[in-house]
Amino acid sequence: MAAPPPDPQFVLRGTSAAVHALHFSCGGQEPDVPILFSGSENGLINVWNLKTRRVDKALDGHGRKSVCWVETMDGKDRLLSQGRDQRICLWDLAEGRTSVMDSVFTESVGFCRCSLLKVAQGRWLMAMAAKALDEVQVLELPSKTSVCTLKPEAGAKLGMPMCLKLWQISCDSQPLLLSGYEDGSVVLWNLSMGKVLSQLFCHQEPVMSLDFDSEKAKGISGSSEKVLSIWSLNEQQNLQVHTTHRLVNAGISDITIRPDKKILATAGWDHRIRVFGWKKLKPLAVLDYHTATVHCVSFSDHKNPSERLLAAGSKDHRISIWSIYTQT
Amino acid sequence: MWEVCQQQARGGPAELQDALLAGVVALPDRVSNSLRGRNPAVFFPQNYFPLLGAAIVEVLHEISASLRGGSDCSISFVSQVLGKVCVHGRQKEILSVLVPRLADLTKSDCIWQRICWRLVECVPERWMEAVVLGFVQRAPGADVLSRLLGNLVVKNKQAQFVVTQKFLLLQYGYTTAVLQNLLGYLSLDSLRRALLIKVLQELLETWSSSSAVKHSPAEQQEYISKAILICLSHLKEPEIESCRQELLTSMMEGVKCHLDSSLPQIRRLGMIVAESISSKINTDGPVLKFQYEEDDEARELKSLLVQAPSICAVPSLPDDNRNEKADAALPLTSESNGKSHTAATHVVSDEESDAELDSDDDLTPYDMSEDKELKKTKAPVYIRDCIEVLTGSEDTDKWEATVKALESLVRKNPAATREVSVELAKILLHLEEKTCIEGFAELRQRAQVAVLTVDPIPVAQYLTSQFYSLNYSLRQRMDILDVLVLAARELSFPKVHGKIKHVEKPCVQLLPGSDSSNDWRKIVDERIKSKTRRFAKGPSQVQVASGPNEFNSVAGHFFFPLLQNFDRPLSTFDLLGEDHFVLGRLVHTLAVLMYLAVNTVAVTAMGKALMEFVWALRFHTDSYVRQGLLSCISSVLLSVPAEHLLNNMTEELLETQSWLGDVVEKDPDGDCRRDQKIRNRCTVGQKFAFGIINNTHIIHPAARLKTTTTPWVINMKIWSLLLGNFFEE
Repeated sequence: MAAPPPDPQFVLRGTSAAVHALHFSCGGQEPDVPILFSGSENGLINVWNLKTRRVDKALDGHGRKSVCWVETMDGKDRLLSQGRDQRICLWDLAEGRTSVMDSVFTESVGFCRCSLLKVAQGRWLMAMAAKALDEVQVLELPSKTSVCTLKPEAGAKLGMPMCLKLWQISCDSQPLLLSGYEDGSVVLWNLSMGKVLSQLFCHQEPVMSLDFDSEKAKGISGSSEKVLSIWSLNEQQNLQVHTTHRLVNAGISDITIRPDKKILATAGWDHRIRVFGWKKLKPLAVLDYHTATVHCVSFSDHKNPSERLLAAGSKDHRISIWSIYTQT
Repeated sequence: MWEVCQQQARGGPAELQDALLAGVVALPDRVSNSLRGRNPAVFFPQNYFPLLGAAIVEVLHEISASLRGGSDCSISFVSQVLGKVCVHGRQKEILSVLVPRLADLTKSDCIWQRICWRLVECVPERWMEAVVLGFVQRAPGADVLSRLLGNLVVKNKQAQFVVTQKFLLLQYGYTTAVLQNLLGYLSLDSLRRALLIKVLQELLETWSSSSAVKHSPAEQQEYISKAILICLSHLKEPEIESCRQELLTSMMEGVKCHLDSSLPQIRRLGMIVAESISSKINTDGPVLKFQYEEDDEARELKSLLVQAPSICAVPSLPDDNRNEKADAALPLTSESNGKSHTAATHVVSDEESDAELDSDDDLTPYDMSEDKELKKTKAPVYIRDCIEVLTGSEDTDKWEATVKALESLVRKNPAATREVSVELAKILLHLEEKTCIEGFAELRQRAQVAVLTVDPIPVAQYLTSQFYSLNYSLRQRMDILDVLVLAARELSFPKVHGKIKHVEKPCVQLLPGSDSSNDWRKIVDERIKSKTRRFAKGPSQVQVASGPNEFNSVAGHFFFPLLQNFDRPLSTFDLLGEDHFVLGRLVHTLAVLMYLAVNTVAVTAMGKALMEFVWALRFHTDSYVRQGLLSCISSVLLSVPAEHLLNNMTEELLETQSWLGDVVEKDPDGDCRRDQKIRNRCTVGQKFAFGIINNTHIIHPAARLKTTTTPWVINMKIWSLLLGNFFEE
């Protein structure tokens, strides 16, 4: 008899709104406390101290519009946040400051989360949905210069981009972009040429979320259906469906592979978090705590593997923190 | 020796020829008769006739040489020898030598072809069938057959009859390869093509005749269908054009009577053939498309249709040539074996590598049994709520949840169910699928079974009365039968998990000491076991769960009402007429109920009634019904105790036995006959069983085990007893 699934290690309450975005910043040295950023529907970004399990700061910069994405740039002092007010803000949090340093107006009205990739010291690329419905724009940060605009061929009918993932094979190679579209396809873009390298129809419904493992050249995507699709990228830069996995209930809002590529977690519309082994997509656990749709899952970046955490934010205003499969 | 005989015979008088002929053909028999078992190996038929074949080839060689030399000569004696050998049943031996040689020789030489044609033509009419059959079976392909036989079928009436009528319409035991040879042969010459069309028309006539569909065995129908498909594959566009109208009419009729049949196999044959015909006659228009299970048989039939005439010459090697070709084929097969082997190892290594990858995947999963489908609405908790939802609710989610939850609810609350059981049964019987639920029919059926088992008597009365009432669909009537059978089966099984545990639990509570005493006994047993050496163990005795047979008190309510009204047709339901499919189901249901009623009190009365019922229907035209009747009889024999059978039902038994004898002889349906053989033995065996019981006063096992063990166990014992007796005899 398998052991019953664990309970959450602790639960963070008090956002008083549905949680849409989570990001850990736990990699710092000893005096720094581990931090979790959460973005919620009321436009606030909460900075949680994971030692005291209390909110340290609440950042209000999106005019009470929902925050759908938070990400740090080099440590916890620089924070990027994307809100439904069509702005992406860069926060300066060093030495207790809480000011917006800079912001980008996206002109996009969709729900597509941005994707950030560090290409060199002090140089980032950020992909975001652009003004035209089916376009993706890639900016260089912090200069905010546009690198390219990725526009599907006329007549491709991909619909809006739903999720983005910027990645590169190694530090000095070409950055590439994977994007999931409304029509259920996943597209691999070459940024320098602005061209489609490969397109894969892996879902019947819009792709809600995807994540990619550049070491194994294998990715996973979820949609509003009951199916998780695992696909791989071969040497000819072609995407192929590897396997599919059937879920009990339909709807996946977020997928994250743990940085060590051992396990992955999905956030389900059925209020449950599912944990799988990444190698063969072996189902490992179904974490049933939330009472409403889970919107996002995130793994922490602790240096010590045994401290690693999994966080999930839900529509029921709570953030559940789990310690699962930390020994491997 | 043979050459001399034949040289002489060519000019000799008729009597001498006849004597020689008889002598040549019967030589092995005569030699063995006179030598009385010390027969030299050469004169064994399996050695002698190939030798004779080789001799014939030699003679033919000489004839061909003399023909080339310009002199005329007659071949009729050789033909007669061939004919007589064939009619004596030695086609296999002689033709296995002749056919390959002749096929070789006729390949390019037209004189040899002429000789060969003459050889077959000169066979006297009375032996023609055997010779032609031999050639058709042995020829490796239609083109070879065509070279060997020439236009025999056009010239010779007997051969024509044999080929077009006898092989196709009157007999049905030949393999597909033979059919392909035969029809391919017909299609290879323009003169013969007219025959091919004629054959097709005759085949279609048989195929579309409803009496043929009803009365001929399934094997023959399959044979005819195959022949039709092969014919169609050989027909060309203009030929089809010329007989399109006829094809269409016979297709329409054929589909009708095939779909009418109660045997699924026949229905499917009809569908496949009709689809093929329609695709042939409407190359551009819409074609028929049926839904049927696509299995090997269907694929095989369809492959007959697409086969081009030239291809069918290649694969049809008759059995005996296979030995010769086996050597040639061996490297091929071994190669393919090797390939598959390497492929297999490859796969294995793939798996291994996967396993290796997986081996460090030491993440142990947590329990995921709670991961169930999320339901929007909660299922009702009370039976009365269910009734409300099922009858009036517009909320489809709620309705769905109710349908899914109903079975477990009924089983959990038997008392509450009994209050409303008949009403619930009525609702379930009329329940239609409102939304698309997976496995709706099964859910409904399980709920019905649950209701029936919880409150058997009133619900069974209700259901059986509804079976013969107005305004039900055939589907609903068959549902009733299925539910009765499933519930009867459930009731007649001893409850292992249900009642018995309930009985035991209070015991444990009352006597807490018993628990520890059990432990004590266990420990002692263990100790004894560990210190005892056993050299042989008897068969371990499995304790069969026992409990009262709940079916005992209610069997009659399930059974008798179904027998009452079968011969009274209603305006919408006529069991003895059109609705013979339901009748077949009814008969099978009765057989199962009878079988399950073993060891019940009512079983003798049930058996008697069932025998009468069977007697009334024994000449039914539908073979599905007849099969059901046979299983009725066998379950009567199995269920009714032997004494009762002997005392109360002797007359019925004797009548049945004579009928069974008839069935074994005459029934056109192969399944019926086969079944019958076993059952006939069973009756004979049963009689012997009576004898034994009467003589030695052994208690019948069924009586000894009365109502406590499972019916299955008892039946196994009866079977072994009966069959054992029979075979001893």
